Amino acid sequence: MEGRMDAYARFRPESSTVPASGPVAIRILPEVARFSLRIAPADLGVASEAFGVALPGRIGEIAAFGSRRALCLGPDEWLLHAEEEEAHVIEAAFAERYAATPHSLVAIGDREIGISLEGEEAATLLSTGCPIDLERLAPGTGKRTIFDSVSVVLIREEKDRFTLEAWRSFMPHVLGLLETANRELAAGL
Amino acid sequence: MLLIHCPYCEQDLPELEFAYGGEAHIARPADPSALTDEEWRDYLFIRSNPRGVHFERWRHVHGCARFFNAVRETVGDKFLMTYKTGEPRPSEEEVEARLKELSA
Ligand SMILES: [Zn+2]
Repeated sequence: MEGRMDAYARFRPESSTVPASGPVAIRILPEVARFSLRIAPADLGVASEAFGVALPGRIGEIAAFGSRRALCLGPDEWLLHAEEEEAHVIEAAFAERYAATPHSLVAIGDREIGISLEGEEAATLLSTGCPIDLERLAPGTGKRTIFDSVSVVLIREEKDRFTLEAWRSFMPHVLGLLETANRELAAGL
Repeated sequence: MLLIHCPYCEQDLPELEFAYGGEAHIARPADPSALTDEEWRDYLFIRSNPRGVHFERWRHVHGCARFFNAVRETVGDKFLMTYKTGEPRPSEEEVEARLKELSA
């Protein structure tokens, strides 16, 4: 049992490309720094200043500046992305403001793996495990949702390109299902 | 699948993103030590479990993660309305009006 848990905890995809199994290109995305930010909406200005991006106030909205971007997940919750080298700078910028503006900034970069799904049938592929109406997820927006019982963050980068992030230990399960469904799409099922 | 309106996300979203959280508007007694065992038992365990209109808590756990309140008609399993935590419970008239609307 322990051996198996270890294997999942250590799951680190060897290559950035998942073997092509169907019409949708599935890629493992490079590691990024990720933070879960919880802060009172009234203090959004302070957080925006610390992160260097005007954080969006509406659930689902994304704001970006350079390689930094923020997705509003809940009324007081944001997911922050940045390059790994910038993690310490971001942590320091928030820490500086902590005494005057209490908040919670948790590094979750290593907890998750991001994958990219690209192709005309990307939405169809996702709909095999995700119950939301993907037609209503506009390009440039994202949300936390569910994929076959796994909590995921789904971002629609473009009409036919999605980013999906899930906890590292769930990724073999998610990828396995996506590959199977991708093969079914290829077979015309 | 049921669609549930999340008052924070302002969208109708699939039931699978949500988790049920028990009956709503049950206030924790301000001074538990002043209660008899029976009163404390009632607070912890005794719920109304009505056939019909039920006020209940839900959590948009695989979404914005917020708890909110809902009015659900338990016979037809229809959501009449949802509202944010802390907002007042809808009046009987509002609930009646919504029931009529749904059965029309
Ligand atoms: Zn919500």
